[in-house]
Amino acid sequence: MKEFLVNINNVSKQFEKEARAALQGITASIPKGEIVGLAGPDGSGKTTLIRLIAGLLLPTQGTITIGDYDTIKNASFVHHLIGYMPQKFGLYEDLTVLQNLNLYADLRGVTGEEKSQVFNKLLFFTGLQPFIDRLAKALSGGMKQKLGLACALLKKPALLLLDEPSVGVDPLSRRELWKMVHELLEEGISVVWSTAYLDEAEKCDTVLLLNDGKLLYNGSPSTLCKNVQGRVFKITDISRNRRNLLTQVLNQDNVMDGIIQGHDVRVVLKESSTLSIEKFLSEFDPKAKLVADSPRFEDAFIDILGGGPGGFSALAESLPKIEAKQDVIIEAKGLTKRFGSFTAADDITLSIRPGEIFGLLGPNGAGKTTTFKMMCGLLKPTHGSASVNGVDLQKAPGEARGHIGYMAQKFSLYDTLSLLQNLEFFAGIYNLTGKQKKKAIDQMIDIFNFKSYVNDTAHILPLGFKQRLALSCAVMHHPAVLFLDEPTSGVDPITRREFWNHINGLVRRGVTIMVTTHFMDEAENCDRIALVYRSKIIRTGTPDSLKEAAKTLDNPTPTLEDAFIQIIQQYDMTNAK
Amino acid sequence: MQNKFLKLRINGRFRRLKALMVKEFYQIIRDPSSILISVVLPLVLLFIYGFGISLDANHVKIGLVLEDTSPDAQSFAKSLTDSRYFDVTVVKDRRELDKDFLRGAIRGIVVIPSYFSAFRQRQDNVAPIQVIGDGSEPNTANFVQNYLQLTWQNWLQQERISSKLSGIPLINAQPRFWYNEELKSHNFLVPGSLAIIMTLIGTLLTALVISREWERGTMEAVMSTPVTIVELLFAKLLSYYILAMASMLMCVTFTVLLYQVPLRGSWWVLTLVSSIFLFPALGTGLLISTTSKSQIIAAQISIVSAFLPAFILSGFLFEISSMPLPIQILTYIIPARYFVSCLQTLFLVGTVWGLLWSNMLAMIALGIVVFMVTAHYTVKRLD
Repeated sequence: MKEFLVNINNVSKQFEKEARAALQGITASIPKGEIVGLAGPDGSGKTTLIRLIAGLLLPTQGTITIGDYDTIKNASFVHHLIGYMPQKFGLYEDLTVLQNLNLYADLRGVTGEEKSQVFNKLLFFTGLQPFIDRLAKALSGGMKQKLGLACALLKKPALLLLDEPSVGVDPLSRRELWKMVHELLEEGISVVWSTAYLDEAEKCDTVLLLNDGKLLYNGSPSTLCKNVQGRVFKITDISRNRRNLLTQVLNQDNVMDGIIQGHDVRVVLKESSTLSIEKFLSEFDPKAKLVADSPRFEDAFIDILGGGPGGFSALAESLPKIEAKQDVIIEAKGLTKRFGSFTAADDITLSIRPGEIFGLLGPNGAGKTTTFKMMCGLLKPTHGSASVNGVDLQKAPGEARGHIGYMAQKFSLYDTLSLLQNLEFFAGIYNLTGKQKKKAIDQMIDIFNFKSYVNDTAHILPLGFKQRLALSCAVMHHPAVLFLDEPTSGVDPITRREFWNHINGLVRRGVTIMVTTHFMDEAENCDRIALVYRSKIIRTGTPDSLKEAAKTLDNPTPTLEDAFIQIIQQYDMTNAK
Repeated sequence: MQNKFLKLRINGRFRRLKALMVKEFYQIIRDPSSILISVVLPLVLLFIYGFGISLDANHVKIGLVLEDTSPDAQSFAKSLTDSRYFDVTVVKDRRELDKDFLRGAIRGIVVIPSYFSAFRQRQDNVAPIQVIGDGSEPNTANFVQNYLQLTWQNWLQQERISSKLSGIPLINAQPRFWYNEELKSHNFLVPGSLAIIMTLIGTLLTALVISREWERGTMEAVMSTPVTIVELLFAKLLSYYILAMASMLMCVTFTVLLYQVPLRGSWWVLTLVSSIFLFPALGTGLLISTTSKSQIIAAQISIVSAFLPAFILSGFLFEISSMPLPIQILTYIIPARYFVSCLQTLFLVGTVWGLLWSNMLAMIALGIVVFMVTAHYTVKRLD
């Protein structure tokens, strides 16, 4: 019988001025000495739940207890029991590492002999010893995260709450953090780890899966994965266009979900019978093979949500086919951007073929967005040049931008304008007028089912609709090249599938896609990937070739993340010499 | 277990306060915006009020149209050109001045008509002159009018004396000004501007630094520790109280040494009055930051609700008694109003308790109201 530390009893939270409840009737328990993954897309209520557990928010309904204490009535006692690392790590940027530790030690009542012992232990544990006099703002994302963790651990807590600790951190630091947290479990600390990455949630002892403020699942991830056991397959040795194949596969009745994975296509079936899909493959691509694959947490999540959106993209059907005129459509030569003494992008050289999906993969702050902005003419490079469709972005930025559609990070829409006004505005800035403009707007409303939302202001739209609106604003003028900056970060897997349906469809129509991401899954969709690390492109290749190169005896089937970490480590080693 | 927690809570109070204040100290010295608001901006303001702005009208440029060249007219013209209030351009025809007046190169026109001396010779002894002021700048137009009247009267008196028409007048007014003997406007502007500076630090800076903690997520992290909300806010207020007083000391030193503004009251009373003013000022800063959790909104609210009223409605620049009645009533809820009055008393008159105590009581009362409202809204929670 498990012993429970935290009991969440029918908790709801409704914020003022918001139409929708942030959390609805959550009942769950957190066992002692276990790591509980709090998973779900952005806006699903993860942060709200963590803050409620920390006694920082007042529940609209229900109670939460930690041990014997109510988080609201006994908040001051509860604060002796918990360690909490908020999303931005809660560090004082103007203080040094040691000063931050000192502050939190004093606040948590760690003094004298105990203090120096704890400091020694934590500084060793986090590897921050050499940096104690460095200002927190001068630390890298990974180091900030470790310092934030150290501050939360100063007084050994009974419960450690980590709110999206792995966001904006390179995969190497993510892994180190994960290891550190597991050492804590052995000391009997309970950990709540919130994350939007389902692969991370899969590694926890228990998962609380949130979607839209509701608790979809509460239990061990492997139990959930059992639901899809025997229904997950990989189609390998594909001889025809794999995006075409995916679209066709997704339109099969028995197929619940499917994604591109490097050269292969991964499918989840509705029933375990493979008859119909095998029949389809034998007709469409006889050389392709169907191989059983192990289920993932994301497959199970989609299963609970009732399956993916199919493979149809009305957007792609509505667009004219773009014929490739040249071999290279996007080109960058020696692009360099310096901000003061800081080089944000260093000697970036790329050439992208028409109809290709090209990904820039790397941790936050590596220089992806800077590179991106230079390539679509939003930022003037310090050195080097970039061209799109043969037009130099420096010499004729206006003309070059006419060929480009750009979807910015976090879907830069005008929050206070209605959906329709946003469409009208973007149609206007892309020089669509009169009948042409009306036609383009009507088409977008039709394709994306905007009808019932046209008069809603953008900021109250559900996240999925914001993303659709951002995409429609970027493609209204039928661009030959589409730039997507972190297009699906934080959205739920169904919406992400739908988005990639559109992208795959656009590529079939001849559109060239350049995408930045830190999602490994998303990178698998790309034809080629450039790894961006410390302002440089350190490797370029197909997802499969990168994985192939990372194969070792210990790890015969490395993931893209494994490959990435290995390449980074090699790079750091050669550059340290 | 609960008893253990209670003990921890009381024992740690001073340690936590100290830790928070040490943190605040490092943030102030390392954050350029704090230094900017507490050191650079006050000095710039002092400089502007000390040297840049002057409400005295010296050397107002006017045009004089001298249509009459008789000795009488000449003599009056001379009294104008000799006056230190005016810089006079003398012409024969008004049309020569029209363009300058339109451009604003001259602020007024005085016309001595051709029949000036003829009228002067007449029985009733009334001769007209015409004064044209620039109504688009009423303040300057008023100066022109008033100073001209003064000059005119002086000249008449002189004329009477020199022509012995009416002998020595029975009453001879010799105006003397008390407290600001030389009528130097910066003697009351500079002390008044200290109130603006204190509002900047007490309200604007305090609101900014607290909302910054919300914005950067540090408030959340600190709130999850055993620290109490009272300790958290008290450490903030105490730190910024000290910063504001240090800035005040710097500004008073400059005022006295550089601008030679006399400080006739006592330093101790000045410290006391400033501390009392900081009570409502810091409270307002705190209130703003509890209602708005982003720096940009906090800055806007504090500028509109504290800085501008302190500037416009405190009586530091504009005389309260000449405002419309509803606005006059409004000034009673502006703490800076009482502070400006105290500052002007302390600098120019001296420690006159009769003038100070009512102002001090008003500031304390406002402070209590603000803090009660703030306490009502502040909980150690995020919503």
